[in-house]
Amino acid sequence: MAAMLIAAILALPILVVLVNVLIGDGEVWRHLYQTVLAEYISNSLLLMLGVGIGVLVIGVPCAWLTSMCDFPGRTLLSWALLLPMAVPAYIIAYTYTGVLDFAGPVQTFIRELTGWRYGEYWFFEIRSLGGAIAMLTLVLYPYVYLMSRAAFLEQSENTLEVSRTLGYSGRAVFFKLALPLARPAIVTGLTLALMETLADYGTVQYFSVNTFTTGILRTFYGFGDIAAASQLAGILLMFVAVLILLERYSRHRIRYHASGLKKASNRRMILKGSRGFIACIFCLLPILVGFLIPVGVLSYWAVFKAEMPGANFIQLAWNSFYLAAMASLIVVSLALILSYAIRLNNGKAVRTSVGIAGLGYALPGTIIAIGTIVPLAWLDHRIIDLVKHYSGERVGLIFSGTLVALLFAYTVRFMAVSLGAVQNGLGKIKPSMDMAGRSLGMSPFKVLTRIHIPLLKGSVLTAMLIVFVDVLKELPATLVLRPFNFNTLAVRAFELASDERLIDAAPASLMIVLVGLVPVILLSRSISSHLNKSK
Amino acid sequence: MTSLPPHKLLKEMTLTDVSVGYDGDAVVKNASFKLLEGQIGCLLGPSGCGKSTLLRAIAGFESLMVGEIRIDDEVIASQSHSVNPEHRFIGMVFQDIALFPHLTIAQNIAFGLSAWPKEAAQERVTYLLNLVGLSGFESRYPHSLSGGQQQRVALARAIAPKPKLLLMDEPFSGLDAKLREELVPDIRAILQHEKMSALLVTHDQMEAFAMADQVSVMSEGVIHQTGSPYQIYHRPETRFVASFIGHGDFLTATVCGPDCVHSDLGNIRGDLDHGFADNTQVDLLVRPDDILHDDDSEFVGVIVSKWFRGSHFLYRVKLSSGKVIYCFASSHHNHSVGQEIGLSVHLDHLVMFPR
Repeated sequence: MAAMLIAAILALPILVVLVNVLIGDGEVWRHLYQTVLAEYISNSLLLMLGVGIGVLVIGVPCAWLTSMCDFPGRTLLSWALLLPMAVPAYIIAYTYTGVLDFAGPVQTFIRELTGWRYGEYWFFEIRSLGGAIAMLTLVLYPYVYLMSRAAFLEQSENTLEVSRTLGYSGRAVFFKLALPLARPAIVTGLTLALMETLADYGTVQYFSVNTFTTGILRTFYGFGDIAAASQLAGILLMFVAVLILLERYSRHRIRYHASGLKKASNRRMILKGSRGFIACIFCLLPILVGFLIPVGVLSYWAVFKAEMPGANFIQLAWNSFYLAAMASLIVVSLALILSYAIRLNNGKAVRTSVGIAGLGYALPGTIIAIGTIVPLAWLDHRIIDLVKHYSGERVGLIFSGTLVALLFAYTVRFMAVSLGAVQNGLGKIKPSMDMAGRSLGMSPFKVLTRIHIPLLKGSVLTAMLIVFVDVLKELPATLVLRPFNFNTLAVRAFELASDERLIDAAPASLMIVLVGLVPVILLSRSISSHLNKSK
Repeated sequence: MTSLPPHKLLKEMTLTDVSVGYDGDAVVKNASFKLLEGQIGCLLGPSGCGKSTLLRAIAGFESLMVGEIRIDDEVIASQSHSVNPEHRFIGMVFQDIALFPHLTIAQNIAFGLSAWPKEAAQERVTYLLNLVGLSGFESRYPHSLSGGQQQRVALARAIAPKPKLLLMDEPFSGLDAKLREELVPDIRAILQHEKMSALLVTHDQMEAFAMADQVSVMSEGVIHQTGSPYQIYHRPETRFVASFIGHGDFLTATVCGPDCVHSDLGNIRGDLDHGFADNTQVDLLVRPDDILHDDDSEFVGVIVSKWFRGSHFLYRVKLSSGKVIYCFASSHHNHSVGQEIGLSVHLDHLVMFPR
């Protein structure tokens, strides 16, 4: 019961957006269609196309090289390739803008060297669609890298050796066998990266590329037109739905493609001399451009150039911290309730409810924000009317425009992540362990305290940590739903950057990146320990 | 310090008309049997026959629809009343072993000893580790042990609090054949050494015969027969038991006397009255070891297929009536497929079912 109620509440934002699409009046539609829709669709599609190609070109070869070959620095590179995941796209975007725009050090250096002046030379304009593609590619390729690497490592060595004995060369094995076998995993990684691309707001807004997310917020803020914003959110939702279906489908196929013999390959192709050097450079480049350079620049700005962080900064950090902490507590508690509901009653209704509750991970923050604010504002107005009717007093907004709305949106968005971690942990506690505890004289409560809690501690902490960091990085939903004058690190960094105060945004950005590193390190550690176990 | 529950051996566990099920659908129907002090019992049956459900009902993880489970003088479960699992003093070993991964081997074994004085618990753990042959593994964690070692720890953990009864749910099914052969006699010896009554659930009759003093054969929720392995094999009471245990074929036969039937292989006499009236049509159970190769016999069959088993041959032979049966022959009698051989029947006790 509780599980179904939670699921129903969490599904509310999607339902609201869907209903708005269905009941939307033709006038709004026609207006959108005549003016901005074509631009939003073409920009969003081009962005997805560019990022899709980019993440494949970087992610798949790096995964192949680090999983199947051996070359200098391979071990270090194989986990360092995950580092760009810690950098939110909007932060890398304005960091590179600061470096590459007209007044930045690169162009200044060129001018000093050559004596050219403004307009006398051509330089790559980063604040463009191409720039946005590059920025998103740099931080999203790890999804493809991660999924395809896992797939390559799980390919049984025997399968590959059989094809060698049947007369295939190393290269033919890659294209004829390894790549097709890994394809479902690669597609899964790709869809995840594309979902993030569709969800991105900070980068495209900052680069003035008009996509759905920027359009939704502009319609919502600029024109106060909730109906049109919901319409746009609905179209975006259809894009997302296609990706979700694609992702589910390819995840499904991964199981069929996994061979029975799971064994980490221990006989790697050894790349010697210049080939090894090229492989090393190829894997180093994404790390350099996607992590080392931007973090180096941010650190330099934060330490030497930016205003000294004062009381204001501490307030921001505190806001971010307690928001993230509260959200992770709420989300993980609900995830625990849902997971135990499945464990105690593995019925179809409960399963479906939990499935729905976990759908939010694919939804862009903007959709969730719109889907949250519409029903909450409606509810608030009903309450205000009601109170006024009976007592004559005027009360303020209760849900919308308060932290409640924000925390609700975070819960919808990040439930899936924590559900995954908690269910994973709970899955390791077999039902027979409960029975063993009971038959050894423990009451149900003691079984909980002596078996479940110690065994679950790790995964619950991981879930909380991941939600904490995700909330810290989240931009569009926070931007829309935060209470008046309430700022977080992410919002402040974005605002400063939008005001062209790139350098002053550095301390907040650096802090977000550093905190974001923690789950990435955890992830790489869990991967390497998983591989060690399977050896 | 709480006082220890007085350790007593089980005198007798009685199940009377026990039905277990969900939503009015009985998975186990009217099960009744007794288990006596020091006995090792076994619930044997194909998967899905309800044997594990019955075991879990005895442990206290399923409630009864009807019937009563009694241990010594106490009713531990009935339709209206159920003692909580933790108060039944029944230990259990699980199919998936279910060691606690966050505890060391010693802590796992000591898990049920929290009410014991510290020294006594420590002593018990050391004793059991020694008994199951795992001294020196105290501070290791379960994941670093092999499957067989983990199963020994699970056994030690279950018998540590000296339960009145030990339940084992397919305890060997996760282990490979060689390990199983080593472990089964070991565990039987440990249980006998501890004078522990136990009830085992398995689908493997060789395992049941090797472990158990008393076997209850189950099918589709019903206990067909409870008896010693010898009785179950040689004196099956239902057609299911006859066909489920060992190889067996049914010969069409007609009753021709109180201890005699007439079949394709001539008149066969048993040593006991079978209780059927003359001229009744029956099916007669014949085991491969009941049919012997005999060149002097007037009854013949054609060999359809054969297997070399080292000490003997197992032939599949087609009789003139078209019936196909198994037949043992010593490994000196090497015949080829298609050849005709003489057959004679050696039955002590006639096992027959009405047609």
